[in-house]
Amino acid sequence: MTALHLLDPAPDVGGPHQPLLEVRNLTKHFPVRGPLWGAKPVARAVDGVSFAVAKGETLGVVGESGCGKSTTARLLMRLINPDSGTLTFDGEAVGSKLGLSLRDLRRRVQMVFQDSYASLNPRLTIADSLAFAPMVHGVSRRDAMAVAGELLGRVGLAPECFLGRYPHELSGGQRQRVNIARALALRPRLVILDEAVSALDKSVEAQVLTLLLELKKQLDLTYIFISHDLNVVHYIADRVLVMYLGKVAEVGPVEAIYGNPAHPYTRALFSARLSMDPDERTSAAPLQGDPPNPINPPSGCRFRTRCPHATSLCAEREPAPVDLGGGHLVACHLHEVAHG
Amino acid sequence: MSATAAKLPATAGPKPARSPGYWTKVGRRLLRDPVTMGCLAVLLAIVLAAVFADVLAPADPYKASMIRRLKPIGFPNHPLGTDELGRDMLTRLLYGGRMSLVMGIVPVLNALVIGGLLGIVAGFFGGRLNMAIMRTIDVLYAFPSVLLAVAISGALGSGLTNAIVALTIVFVPPLARIAETVTTQVRGMDFVDAARASGAGSLTIIRVHLLPNVLGPVFVYASSLISVSIILASGLSFLGLGVEPPRAEWGLMLNTLRQAIYVQPWVAVLPGALIFLTSICCNLASDGLRTAMEVKL
Amino acid sequence: MADAPLLSVSGLTVSFGTERGTASAINGVDFDLKRGEVLCLLGESGSGKSVTLRALMRLLPERRSRIAGKVLLNGEDVYAIPEKRMERLRGKAISMVFQEPMLALDPVYTIGQQIAETIVRHEGVGHAEAERRALDLLERVQIPSARRRLKAYPHEMSGGMRQRAMIALALSCNPALLLADEPTTALDATVQMQILLLLRQLQAELDMAVILVTHDIGVAAETADRIAVMYAGRFVELGTARQVLKTPQHPYTAGLLASTVHGSMRGHALEAIPGAPPDLTALPPGCAYAPRCPHAEARCTAAAPAVSWLEPGRMARCVLSEATV
Repeated sequence: MTALHLLDPAPDVGGPHQPLLEVRNLTKHFPVRGPLWGAKPVARAVDGVSFAVAKGETLGVVGESGCGKSTTARLLMRLINPDSGTLTFDGEAVGSKLGLSLRDLRRRVQMVFQDSYASLNPRLTIADSLAFAPMVHGVSRRDAMAVAGELLGRVGLAPECFLGRYPHELSGGQRQRVNIARALALRPRLVILDEAVSALDKSVEAQVLTLLLELKKQLDLTYIFISHDLNVVHYIADRVLVMYLGKVAEVGPVEAIYGNPAHPYTRALFSARLSMDPDERTSAAPLQGDPPNPINPPSGCRFRTRCPHATSLCAEREPAPVDLGGGHLVACHLHEVAHG
Repeated sequence: MSATAAKLPATAGPKPARSPGYWTKVGRRLLRDPVTMGCLAVLLAIVLAAVFADVLAPADPYKASMIRRLKPIGFPNHPLGTDELGRDMLTRLLYGGRMSLVMGIVPVLNALVIGGLLGIVAGFFGGRLNMAIMRTIDVLYAFPSVLLAVAISGALGSGLTNAIVALTIVFVPPLARIAETVTTQVRGMDFVDAARASGAGSLTIIRVHLLPNVLGPVFVYASSLISVSIILASGLSFLGLGVEPPRAEWGLMLNTLRQAIYVQPWVAVLPGALIFLTSICCNLASDGLRTAMEVKL
Repeated sequence: MADAPLLSVSGLTVSFGTERGTASAINGVDFDLKRGEVLCLLGESGSGKSVTLRALMRLLPERRSRIAGKVLLNGEDVYAIPEKRMERLRGKAISMVFQEPMLALDPVYTIGQQIAETIVRHEGVGHAEAERRALDLLERVQIPSARRRLKAYPHEMSGGMRQRAMIALALSCNPALLLADEPTTALDATVQMQILLLLRQLQAELDMAVILVTHDIGVAAETADRIAVMYAGRFVELGTARQVLKTPQHPYTAGLLASTVHGSMRGHALEAIPGAPPDLTALPPGCAYAPRCPHAEARCTAAAPAVSWLEPGRMARCVLSEATV
């Protein structure tokens, strides 16, 4: 019986067909500095986002800056409180009196952040950083240190070489492994990876991705993988969610999204991928201008100001999600016509 | 192949597996800094001289002698001369050091605790609590420190305790400010969010994650305030608001020796020279400490 | 002479003194750059690519760094001329675009003021003429509402626009050589594509030589005429973009290409390069890549492999290439 089993993962409540996480109408607006009187502007960072994550899958979340994916991640972890919307973990509502408390939620959902250096307390040794969470939940210090050693071993770092070190002595890839180990310390069932490999060198990125896939199998995890790198998401995700300016533009199985992108934004995003072949260079930028500001989003469909197919309908009404079959949903008026 | 790809060979090499802690590294860096070590040595000498004044002083600090007034430096039996009442300068300076150092260090320590606490609470909890605390602090901060010290001291009356209270109040705002700034910065870092995400309570987070990162800069700032405090304390005594005669205190001595500056200038400036020496050593040592602590960790 | 290279670097070596010892950031770099050519320095962190760029413009801190070798810009050795002359060259003959526009642009001056100041200083024209040229430049880099943006401060613009403004600033005096240090790394995918296309377009219009530093193979594929792969301060491979990306000669290049993730690898294990980049304060005597190389032999750790010229302009620093020459 290893020390890791001192903390057991939360049991599976609803069975394999119940979504592990269900998000409905999540909304968060941030107040922004504005004029002294009159309406105070708000940044509508996340505006009515709904999706579900199935047990054992990897949900990829893509989008550019301002789309709200990092805010969504923090809302899921309740590091910030949503203005409205519900969160249901394995059938239990989060935050309500009868459902899951925040403390319980944090045993079930953990997060790995992008900045590997800022994610670790520079004054604590690696051992202390890893042992912190188990000790908070009642594990004795000695046992927590044993857990720390085991976790390091699992992520491919020799415990005797790294437990006594400080974060600044490790490379970016090593630190990120420690962050992953730290996220696993409480035996969560869902791990949110917020641009976890984006800041790493490509060769290290490959190592860490391999590690993540292995851990997922070994520990029966579910991942939400947030990234701006479409190639990595294509490799690792089972389903993909595309966000634009605080809303879900499209969601579906990875091959459907990559093979048959329905939303004009998704198509533009995919065309903006860099070619790896010097003989076949991209000749035209798929999209002009910069991703807009969530402070004053366009009325109706938020993408209409940059969309080559925008019509007057797009300015009047926000498109509702349309089911294209096979779990592929798109929020675009163009597809409403075909599918009623 | 994928199994070995996940295992990272220990790239640590021949380095030891336990690293020296942060303060050990700071200590080592300090030891290599000649200016700081020099200043710390001088300060230590001053402190020890003040502490052991009973043993070191050749005479009684209160024994006056009208015949031996204002004797110069090097006078037999009075190596540093005598003051305007004939008391031995060396003895007075040694005992005066006690007062001046106490009035310099104690208020800063008090303010460190009070101001630090206020700043950390304001920075950690943010929002309305932050506004309430910091805007109140700002009111005090708006007054120039000398004026504030004099005003409070004047209201409370003279005496050592009152002077210390006044100076404490003067130093709470700047320390609270810096504590709040640093706490807000550290609070925004991902590792604090990660700690919240593990389900830790606020007190645990403050104790384990915030304090070690915040105390460093706050402490360095406080050490730079010691010299200001010594000068302000001397100023208060000079104005008759701090220590009362016949007690020995460098600022007070400066006041009473004022008229003697035309008669025995070298003796008259001695207390001022010591105030200057102590302050500058504190400042330089604090700078050295800041450099030693600032390196990327 | 139209044939003489614009830039000729030979034996460039740079080392810094650090707390832990001397870091050998660059260990002998030689290359030529023709007028109007785009060279990409491809490498990961610690490869020395950014240091190389700064060495070309003599931007390294002179006190802490030891620099050896020759950098000939139009025949002039950049390290032999006085600093005043170098200041006149910077911005005019050779200029640079940085990764973080927010850090490179002065926050207290408007974009128009910064560009105009550079033009006035180097071209010697009056302020009104400089402003007119600044407007022209902003339009050239496709900033919408250019006239209004002249009066904008850096923090009022989005990331993509700031990068365009920085490019405008760098091009303000028609430099013959543009250095770009990871210019699109901090940008979103759609903006990145716009900026890369803009750079390509401007480079062709102005017949400007560009040295572009990046860690992204895609960026190199989209922009480079030639690619130099750097590892531990040395060029380990050099050739045209097609040669390097399609027929890599050095195991590191091959490893980089193989470990670059894309969707078609789905379901298969990634071929990651094992280990980590070497410590620059303690470089091994032989080939720096040997500890991670799947083809390493005994002679690789004994001595650094010599440069093998497989054909004019095509180079690899590997014992495996020696065999074919």
